[in-house]
Amino acid sequence: MKQQIIVSGIGGQGVLFLTRVIAQVAVNRGLAVLTSETHGMAQRGGTVLSSIKVGDFSSPLIRTGQADVGLLLWEANLGVHQPLLRTDGALVISSEQLGSGARIAAARLARELGNAVLANLIVLGVAVRDQLLFCTSDECEQAIRQLAPARFVEQNLAAFHLGLNH
Amino acid sequence: MEQQQVELLMGNEAMACGLIEAGCQVVAAYPGTPSTEILQAVADRRATALEPLHIEWSVNEKVAFEVALAASYTGKRSAAIMKQVGLNVAADPFMRSAYLGVKGGFVTIVADDPGPHSSQNEQDTRLFCLQGRVPVFDPASPAEAKELLPLAFELSEKYEMLTVLRPATRICHSRQNVEHKPVQQLNRSANFEKNPNRWGATPAFLPALHRQLNDNLVAFAAEPALQPRLTPGNGTAARTALVASGIVYGHIVDLLAELGLTQNFDLYQVVLPYPLNAAWVEQMRNNYDRVMVVEETYPVIEMQLAHTGAFGKQSGDIVKEGELTPDVVNEALARFLDLAPPPPAPADSRGQRPSLCPGCPHRSAFYSIKKTFPKGIFPSDIGCYTLGLNLKAVDTVHCMGACISQGAGFYQSYVQDAKDSFPTVVVTIGDSTFFHSGIPALINAVIQQARIIVVILDNSIAAMTGGQPVPHMGHKITGEATKAIVIEPLVQASGVEFLECCDPYDNVAFEAALHRADAHIRAPQGGVAVIIARHGCLMERAVAQQQTRYTMAITSACIGCRLCVDAFECPALSMDSSTKMAILDPDRCIGCGACIHVCPVDAITEVIQGEQS
Repeated sequence: MKQQIIVSGIGGQGVLFLTRVIAQVAVNRGLAVLTSETHGMAQRGGTVLSSIKVGDFSSPLIRTGQADVGLLLWEANLGVHQPLLRTDGALVISSEQLGSGARIAAARLARELGNAVLANLIVLGVAVRDQLLFCTSDECEQAIRQLAPARFVEQNLAAFHLGLNH
Repeated sequence: MEQQQVELLMGNEAMACGLIEAGCQVVAAYPGTPSTEILQAVADRRATALEPLHIEWSVNEKVAFEVALAASYTGKRSAAIMKQVGLNVAADPFMRSAYLGVKGGFVTIVADDPGPHSSQNEQDTRLFCLQGRVPVFDPASPAEAKELLPLAFELSEKYEMLTVLRPATRICHSRQNVEHKPVQQLNRSANFEKNPNRWGATPAFLPALHRQLNDNLVAFAAEPALQPRLTPGNGTAARTALVASGIVYGHIVDLLAELGLTQNFDLYQVVLPYPLNAAWVEQMRNNYDRVMVVEETYPVIEMQLAHTGAFGKQSGDIVKEGELTPDVVNEALARFLDLAPPPPAPADSRGQRPSLCPGCPHRSAFYSIKKTFPKGIFPSDIGCYTLGLNLKAVDTVHCMGACISQGAGFYQSYVQDAKDSFPTVVVTIGDSTFFHSGIPALINAVIQQARIIVVILDNSIAAMTGGQPVPHMGHKITGEATKAIVIEPLVQASGVEFLECCDPYDNVAFEAALHRADAHIRAPQGGVAVIIARHGCLMERAVAQQQTRYTMAITSACIGCRLCVDAFECPALSMDSSTKMAILDPDRCIGCGACIHVCPVDAITEVIQGEQS
């Protein structure tokens, strides 16, 4: 099993948390995993990008045209990060506009759930629903329970299920 | 604390576990991206240590290094942690430590930032170590960064030498499945054996210490565990080798696998880029005609190899600036091997620029400074408030603490030309940076009679790096209480005669204080004026919870003047391209109300929600 995934957004959208959930699933299944993340100044509302490489890899970075799946929480990043995807790569985008990839109004749905930052797990739910990722919904739920602060677990799972059943 | 055997760890967390597992007992650091999370993770996991463990956020990197160094003199294992430019601050004790050596294992972890992603340059700590004559380890993955730590401690003790572990951003901020090892219990008691000829070496003793250092470097480089690690090829490409170190080694391994070339070449991973073993260098010269060297950021290995068939940065074959991403390595490898050139990678684009957070008190301070002194000169410094660049209220950003001295330098130069009409220089410096290295510069500005305004942006936290405690907070990294060092008496003791404190959210009061400060610097007996702009960082939950929150709206009275978007630059405000009026992003607005004051036609309005959780 080898899969290369990018998660793209802006600082404050929960890109890091979504990255950790997916990577935790790999660890729970005993798979090797490498991620890279954006920290520091760019986190102050700027563009952030994570990569996740599951399976036998040595580098955490993804070369142009090699990512299997892209999860975009900020549509405006499409121009910057789409080149990382394979030509047949799958894409899930948080967006209310029509366009490429699977699209879901994740920010609005998340706001209705009580917090715009939950858009990250709604997008994860859609990706799992469409079987784009190596992981199952049960595995994602387990990882969310492991990583979310206790008082947010139920809200996070609700967001994930919203995407899963959308 | 019970730990899983294998855990998903960020490189910085992995190194923290490595420090604890190696029995390290004193760890001192100053926060700086990408190194910051190492010390925090040591603190979070300190319960796993079997022996007493002192952890501190020191006031700067020089202090951190010296604290850890003396702990090593007592025979205990210790570590200092900083980012690459932090080593410049610690350079003075670092360089002498190479000569004097250590007792207990001493590792300085210095995190480099090729790119750079979050730094003022992309200097290479490996080259710094070459100059300082200090052995430096270059890990290729988070797991390897952790594995190398016990080895670095052991060899530091064996040779009584300072050692450096150099992870780069892509190690620090990568996550990997990492295996935990048993924690060592070393049972050491502090025992400082006095030896003034060494620990206080005067020039007379230094040539001998220097000779010892040079001998040690030769022996260190020959240590079997540190030899370049060869993955032999099948002879397809005889007399051709690839040499890589750090994260770039990982890139090349993945790339060769993708291209189906894994078995074709002899591939060397260099884990100790300095000092290189002379025997290996000789062997590379004899056994290969062509050697591609990929390393970040400077050609440190390539320079020492001095191979006539080298293909690298020094030879001019590989780009010398920026990160060696897999795309850059791919393009270079294709040229080295005469493969078809890959399609050009898209131009590097960083996407949306970062901004001060919605509600950030620095934004209000910068807005008022720019408004009050439209023609002022604005030296600033390292921290979140560097982003005052976006509000055109920051003109210079150099290095930690430089803004006050630069402000004084601007004044001295301008005042020579126009004694009574020098420009208003308004320096902005954060509270953590002020403690780090602003205080000597303030004293200097006072005694040199510089007439400048220094605004200390006191948000009571080291915010940029994620909220480390600062000396005036009265608590340590572990949360334990300690003495709080109050800023005001420090400023007064530095000889400053104008000192006011004010909340920058209150723009009217803050602007009035700026006018009074300007009058002071221009008065016959004037000098440095200091204003403390005090409002907590909203990333701190306690601050955010205490603050009144509003439901903001923009009414149809908006005339589309863009002032709130351009001069105030809140990420929650933007212009609607169709209506040409300002719009508000409800997901990003935090309801601070700081923008109300900015609108010239009162089109930004609020409804009090009361105190929110």
